[in-house]
Amino acid sequence: MVENAVFRVEGLRKSFGQNEVLGGVSLNLHAGEVTVLMGANGAGKSTLVKIISGVYERGGGAMSLAGQDFAPRKPAEAIRAGVVTVHQNINDGVVADLDVATNLTLDRLTGKGVPTLFNPSRVRRDAKAVADRMGLTIDLRARVSDLSLADRQMVAIARAMAHQPMVLILDEPTSSLSSAEADRLFRLIDRLREQNVAILYISHRMSDIRRLADRIVSMRDGVISGVFDTKPLDYEGAVNAMLGRKIHLDRIVAKGAARPVLTVEGLRIAQGARPISLTLGAGEVVAITGLVGVGKTALAETLFGVRRPLSGTMTMNGRPYAPRSAADAIAAGVFLVAKDRATSGIVGGFTIERNISLPFLRRMSNLAVLKRRVERATARRQIEELGIVCRSEKDEMPTLSGGNQQKVMVARWMAQDSGLFILDEPFQGVDISARRDIAAKLRASADNRATLLFVTELDEALETADRILVMSEQTIVGEHRNGDIDLERLLAEVAGGPLHSAA
Amino acid sequence: MTLRDYAIRYGFIVLLLGLVAYFAIAADGFVSPQSAVFIFQSVAITGVLALGVTATLVVGGFDLSIGSVATSAMMAAAYVMVVLEQNAVVAVVVCLLIGAIVGLINGWLIVYMRVPDLLATLGMMFLLVGLQRIPTEGRSIATGMTMPDGSVANGKFGDAFLALGRHRFDFFIPNLIPVSVVVLLVLAILIWFFLEYTRFGRMMYAVGSNERAAELAGAPVKAYKIWAYVISGVFASIGGILLAARLGRGDIASGNNLLLDAVAAALIGYAVLGAAKPNAFGTAVGALFVGILLQGLTMMNAPYYTQDFVKGVVLVVALVFTFALSGRGRS
Repeated sequence: MVENAVFRVEGLRKSFGQNEVLGGVSLNLHAGEVTVLMGANGAGKSTLVKIISGVYERGGGAMSLAGQDFAPRKPAEAIRAGVVTVHQNINDGVVADLDVATNLTLDRLTGKGVPTLFNPSRVRRDAKAVADRMGLTIDLRARVSDLSLADRQMVAIARAMAHQPMVLILDEPTSSLSSAEADRLFRLIDRLREQNVAILYISHRMSDIRRLADRIVSMRDGVISGVFDTKPLDYEGAVNAMLGRKIHLDRIVAKGAARPVLTVEGLRIAQGARPISLTLGAGEVVAITGLVGVGKTALAETLFGVRRPLSGTMTMNGRPYAPRSAADAIAAGVFLVAKDRATSGIVGGFTIERNISLPFLRRMSNLAVLKRRVERATARRQIEELGIVCRSEKDEMPTLSGGNQQKVMVARWMAQDSGLFILDEPFQGVDISARRDIAAKLRASADNRATLLFVTELDEALETADRILVMSEQTIVGEHRNGDIDLERLLAEVAGGPLHSAA
Repeated sequence: MTLRDYAIRYGFIVLLLGLVAYFAIAADGFVSPQSAVFIFQSVAITGVLALGVTATLVVGGFDLSIGSVATSAMMAAAYVMVVLEQNAVVAVVVCLLIGAIVGLINGWLIVYMRVPDLLATLGMMFLLVGLQRIPTEGRSIATGMTMPDGSVANGKFGDAFLALGRHRFDFFIPNLIPVSVVVLLVLAILIWFFLEYTRFGRMMYAVGSNERAAELAGAPVKAYKIWAYVISGVFASIGGILLAARLGRGDIASGNNLLLDAVAAALIGYAVLGAAKPNAFGTAVGALFVGILLQGLTMMNAPYYTQDFVKGVVLVVALVFTFALSGRGRS
């Protein structure tokens, strides 16, 4: 197989500051083959893609395309050389206000030797040729903004294919498509495979991967952690290589729950998903794990009241619990450290102190006038408690490291006692020592509340939780008590497939 | 602190003091209580409007309708007293209601109809400019005017109402401080206290900085945004009341500069003390800055048509202070 590799990556390295993101990645892509790249958040997939597509400069290593050295300095150079990338955000690949024909030929509007005048009939002729080659049946005169997401995706890919590339990179192309729409995309990809294009397909969706993959490459912590190319493909092995399993130095002692805090019955969070039932008890730390896009954040938001369930009931401390807003949830003692702190947690213009007090302003004020002394004392106490590294509680958030920013988010929601404390991906973009600090703090303070974590990385669940639930396809598919975990079964549940061995 | 930090923090205050010093030397009679009061009086109405627009800037919005809200309130006050022959209290209540209703509609358009703030309030501005002329078929309102149906309007501005624009309080010197200046100071202190020291103000800043974070912290984001436009509308209508009281008639040609001056004051406020965010104190200083500049230029006999240009230059310089030098515009 190696001899017909069209595209080769050899020992690619990249660091941002002191943070090494890629630590020597080697990868081969073959003509007429779909190679799926799997990796959890922060594994380095997007950095790899950006280097290949010429957005970032590489830090070391070599790339070659059809035997020639390949070192694009700009995205346009990569495209001209024959390596085309369709990025995750569909709307980056199309111009919404132009018609399909213009979009398909957009890249011919710039560059050397292009006539100054715009020739509509030639554009339509060229576009027609591109569309025919791709089997695209979209009206070429339609405006892209009037198309469905799937059609836009098709246009973006067809536009990329207009360059007749040797290598096509698709970055999570199905993340916003329905399954019927995804089917159309898969047929298009089949067609490209027949045309001998080497395709690198990045995805978390097991169903996509089962449908398309000729090979699977797993990535973890900036290196390739597994290559699977013998049929039948070992999907569980690939998931295992991506999520990893390290030796746990600080294995936790799992605790049992006392009284139940939250009971969920028959909760459906998506059309066609099986209902979820679960009970969370006081004193236990429960982690829900699963791949990206299986509904973890949707469940977290449903419990926190910012998303309505399709059906089902919830009970909190014996009382019916049906929050209609974050404010309802907070009033009922349900707190959420939301995923992606930069967009949904941190108030950039505020100091640490003001970020911590944000949800509790009513409790920290007297006739609407803020009690600044209480606010400051709370902030100082929380900085001390979580070991936030800063000069003072007056520091602005952008001056803190990622780990410390996350500690501020956790400190915010630990400033007052909660009944149910939910954390959605609390360890994302957090260094290992801050992660240990936060996990230790969560466990140490867990006694009088239920604690629920949503994590993609299995390690994080194993390090912090008493009980681990597995999510797949918008529902919970497995439950494990941390201690004597059957990892084979857990990984099979994560991968969403039927069990091979009798468990 | 580095020199750059000092420049960001105190640059604008130094510029303000430098300007005062320059005019004190260059323009005769610039340094006198009367001149100071005149400056205050000239900035009173724009200052009130600027404080209102600051509230919308705090929640990350913008209100272009303030100028026309003020002139609409002025026309309404004149109509209520001159044509409908009502007293001053009714006129003031009607004006405040107009401000609140326009604010509610602005907020509704922006929050529920998802019209971008600039466009929604721009549309409202055009709407009000037209609306205020309909009852009198485009004529100014004054006692004794002939109505479209041929009758004569005999009502007049109440004395109590006119006092809002013309009465002066004694302050060391008899008849020194006009009512409008007192109104400005009271409103400035109110909005400053509200934004800096109450939980509502704090949450408004949070909404402006990261809406989703504020929502996930339990804030009713939509309500906060609508309230900001209501505050802006009410403040603009107060500005209109003061304008009507000063003029003593409903003059369709007045108030053209209110929007530019008020927005300039609020945006200049970003640069004061390196705040890099909308704030009441900065807005007040910004309004003062514009007033001093115009008064000084007038006393030095600069032609009136250069004044808008100078204001524009000052605004652009202030924005450079805020966004380029402090580097916060990028984060």
